[in-house]
Amino acid sequence: MEERGMNKRIQSLRRLSVDTQPHIDLERAISETKTYQQYEGYLSIPELRGQVLKDYFSTKTLYIGEGELIVGEKGDSPQAAPTFPELCCHSIEDMHVMNDRELISFKVKEEDYRTQETMMIPYWDKRSIRNQILRQMTPEWKAAYECGIFTEFMEQRGPGHTVGSGKIYEKGFAERIDDINAAIAKLDFLNDPEALDKKNELNGMKLACEAIMILGERYATYARELAEKESNPTRKEELLQIAANCDVVPAHKPQTYWQAIQMYWFVHLGVTSELNPWDAYSPGRLDQHLNPFYIKDTEEGILDDDKALELLECLWVKFNNQPAPPKVGITLKESSTYTDFANLNTGGITPQGEDGVNNVSYLILDCMDEMKLLQPSSNVQISRKTPQKFLKRACEISRKGWGQPAFYNTEAIVQELMNAGKTLDDARLGGTSGCVETGAFGNEAYILTGYFNLPKIFELTLNNGYDYVADKQLGLQLGNATDFATYEELMDAYKKQVAYFINIKLQGSNVIEKIYAEQMPVPFLSTITNDCISRGKDYNGGGARYNTKYLQGVGIGTITDCIAAIKYNVYEQQNFTMEELMQALKDNFEGHDRILNLVRNKTPKYGNDDDYADSIMREIFAYYKSQVSGRPNMLGGTYRINMLPTTCHVYFGDVMMASPNGRLAHKPVSEGISPEKGADVNGPTSVIKSCSKMDHLQTGGTLLNQKFTPNVVAGEEGLNQMANLIRTYFNMDGHHIQFNVIDRQTLIEAQKHPEEYKDLIVRVAGYSDHFRNLSKALQDEIIERTEQSFN
Amino acid sequence: MSCITSIQKYSIHDGDGIRTTVFFKGCPLSCKWCHNPETQGYQPELLFHKEKCVGCGQCVTACDKYAITLSEGKAVQNFSACVHCGACVDACNLNLREIVGKEYTVEELFKELKKDEMFYEQSGGGVTLSGGEVMTADMDFIESLCKKLHRYGITITIDTCGQAPYEHYERLLPYVETFLYDIKTTDVTLHETYIGPAPTLILSNLEKLSRAGARLYIRIPVIKEVNGNREAMADILRFLKEKQIQVAQVNLLPYHNTGSAKYARMGIVYPGENLHAPTAEEMDTFVALFKENGYHKVYIGG
Repeated sequence: MEERGMNKRIQSLRRLSVDTQPHIDLERAISETKTYQQYEGYLSIPELRGQVLKDYFSTKTLYIGEGELIVGEKGDSPQAAPTFPELCCHSIEDMHVMNDRELISFKVKEEDYRTQETMMIPYWDKRSIRNQILRQMTPEWKAAYECGIFTEFMEQRGPGHTVGSGKIYEKGFAERIDDINAAIAKLDFLNDPEALDKKNELNGMKLACEAIMILGERYATYARELAEKESNPTRKEELLQIAANCDVVPAHKPQTYWQAIQMYWFVHLGVTSELNPWDAYSPGRLDQHLNPFYIKDTEEGILDDDKALELLECLWVKFNNQPAPPKVGITLKESSTYTDFANLNTGGITPQGEDGVNNVSYLILDCMDEMKLLQPSSNVQISRKTPQKFLKRACEISRKGWGQPAFYNTEAIVQELMNAGKTLDDARLGGTSGCVETGAFGNEAYILTGYFNLPKIFELTLNNGYDYVADKQLGLQLGNATDFATYEELMDAYKKQVAYFINIKLQGSNVIEKIYAEQMPVPFLSTITNDCISRGKDYNGGGARYNTKYLQGVGIGTITDCIAAIKYNVYEQQNFTMEELMQALKDNFEGHDRILNLVRNKTPKYGNDDDYADSIMREIFAYYKSQVSGRPNMLGGTYRINMLPTTCHVYFGDVMMASPNGRLAHKPVSEGISPEKGADVNGPTSVIKSCSKMDHLQTGGTLLNQKFTPNVVAGEEGLNQMANLIRTYFNMDGHHIQFNVIDRQTLIEAQKHPEEYKDLIVRVAGYSDHFRNLSKALQDEIIERTEQSFN
Repeated sequence: MSCITSIQKYSIHDGDGIRTTVFFKGCPLSCKWCHNPETQGYQPELLFHKEKCVGCGQCVTACDKYAITLSEGKAVQNFSACVHCGACVDACNLNLREIVGKEYTVEELFKELKKDEMFYEQSGGGVTLSGGEVMTADMDFIESLCKKLHRYGITITIDTCGQAPYEHYERLLPYVETFLYDIKTTDVTLHETYIGPAPTLILSNLEKLSRAGARLYIRIPVIKEVNGNREAMADILRFLKEKQIQVAQVNLLPYHNTGSAKYARMGIVYPGENLHAPTAEEMDTFVALFKENGYHKVYIGG
């Protein structure tokens, strides 16, 4: 394993982080169970949730590793994965699967099986949110869910997808308690029917603030204890400084750059220990948040660039120490990774709309380059005002081939946010998190509800709503493929089926939302999200300034090519009949070479700047958008769409038979808004042109994966033109682009000899992952994605 | 109408910025190392990827010129009997056959070239007309294409071997931003052995273009057997200096044999089998030689 890090300290911290096997840690679950047993029925639900965090932080195992400068772990040590039985109570079988599975495994201790069996399952099994969700869902929802029409995010993890704002550094939690007390004092018990609910929520928030302050105090004490015993004077000094930092944060606002980073980390632990929200928590615009501290400390002579970089690298290790909570079943399939998607946006613009690149931005790029870690997902925001040298520095790192940084378009983000009703001020403070999702950082609960399988619904459309893979009637009975006399009739039937399943999905989401709002508030996250305190409402209950729900469309490339193939070959050129095509699909194209050749090689396809196919993409996109965007959710906001897959395109393909574009049965569908692999034959500019025909500004994020062979981006010219590709895509309102720069041969070798390629990291979909940790299907899919190798 | 073998988008080594390169079919030279043999002839031609053929025989049935037979489980193509009608292309279910050389009108081509306009503007790129030899294509077609591109603000680079009547160049001078002008060697014998004609016309056209104020990038394919030595390079330099050629940039392009596989698909033998690429060190010394002689922009590769 390659040693990385700016010095010995970082190298050894990084090595430990990378080499340690993730393990299940039940300490939190045990503490929580005891809290529930003691207080349930006595405390209101928000208070109970605050108390859970307080009890855990009062008793949890502390960890300060050798050489660490930033302290705190979610569990007992690096790579610990606490469980959240209140959401998903794992069966003993689940625990065995997690322990034994080859990929994304979590080691389980012998006594943990016993604890799970005797304490967790009896208490949580029936009452877990997962269980309640499945109990409340309709048979139609369950059938669609089980057959892979859509997935459900909230079935094992809490609503999250949110990002910290500058607010974290402006106030300590002691001062936040003052704000909460003031809000309680203002409650109107004479006129406000919700006054008591608000009081309970605010009291819960207070308990959560106390929880994080206790954790800080305990770390200060523990660091002093260690300092006492430390014989090395330099380390002793560091431990005392850590203690002094923890005296200040999180109770009070940070005074130094070092304290600011420690403050963020305590907040991160608070959010991710309180519940296991999707995409953990993210520092967001970290360069802008840290810059004032960086300037002040350098002026005072207590910080130089090396020290500033070292502290960033310590923070990077901390992110990487936290594996995503263990997933099982369908949720594992849609997101099969240790990565927890904590994400940061470097660059972009300032709240005043000026270029946001500062010295810390460049340090973050250096850190990213040096550390080469999966977490945090490090990205750059590129605005029209971003200096070319910053973009080129980012390209220089990106072309090394492991997928970071990905590139986001600041102007698109701002317009997307404003189009969704945010003010200009809030939009400028925003960015992207998770994979590519747009949000108003610190002001918005933007919850992803699930992936939506657009090509599968077309498969059902061709079969009178019947799913031949699951052998079940899933969709509406609108006729078989041969019944549609014209292209318009076929398109119309497809749209009706899409609308039908969207309704099923959204009805379910509204119920799930209600379950979380009532039973699983997150008072800690609420204290740092505007305007939960002033509204006296929880983040999960509509307390945030903006409340958005997303439904993620998957497979736009595949569905476009499927419809183009039928329109062109059956209805227009009459190269074959619908009967012949349906037979070929049933036979997985075996014995149908002619049809396969026609649909694969002689049909217009999305990704080639060909309006024939691209206009079909536009029509489907517009319809999907019209059926989702603007519909009310239960928290006062609306539903919106984005176009990204994580690893779900592999699962969605797996539940499908062969499709009319020549995709074989059970093979992945296209990912993000990228063309179907092999479909794009005109090079990257045509891919970008096709993709830009989608109206990105109507979404909350799109994902474009561009794969290059190393020679295409080699040299100064390769670098310059890579930067120009990005600029041009963004000039055309593209939202995001990421690059995989690895040659096919290397990937094939790595698949054959994983042990020799332990360090090989590739871009998957909005995040990077170790190639060896990907399923065979996903590895194959990445190998097959078009390599844009020209010249 | 003009016959085109391919339109290459995101060309980043055929002039400045991001470009679209159009390969016109037909070339007056026959360089032994040519990596685009399918662009040499002026008429459409058939390419057949024999290695993947499974011998299903569909093409044999489709060909009414009886130009295809089956042997040892694979189709055997009689290329000289082929009239490139395309029937076998449609018949091949494995997509192993293609006709290179597609006719375009100026309007069709312009529409295709305009598509990447946003990329040209961002990168300082544009359109490169190459080949084959674009300067021996239908010059009425080329002139009206250039006029049109120029009118709509798309810059034009001409990639040429120099073997064409000077009047053709003169017609395009008002529209062309840069000429990528190839020089292989000034040695008459070597030129005749490896390239075809003597270099007389090539060198005189270069001189005239320079005098007319054309912006010139001199491109020298470097092949060990032809010009991969200090003396040959010095000869080229001497010519450039003597004739006071105004050079904006020099590109030294090391030989590579990546095009050799295409010869088999056309049913011909690669004539450059015995040619060699210069070493990286040799390339560096050639760059140094040009720099010593006062040329500042000297690059290896496109």
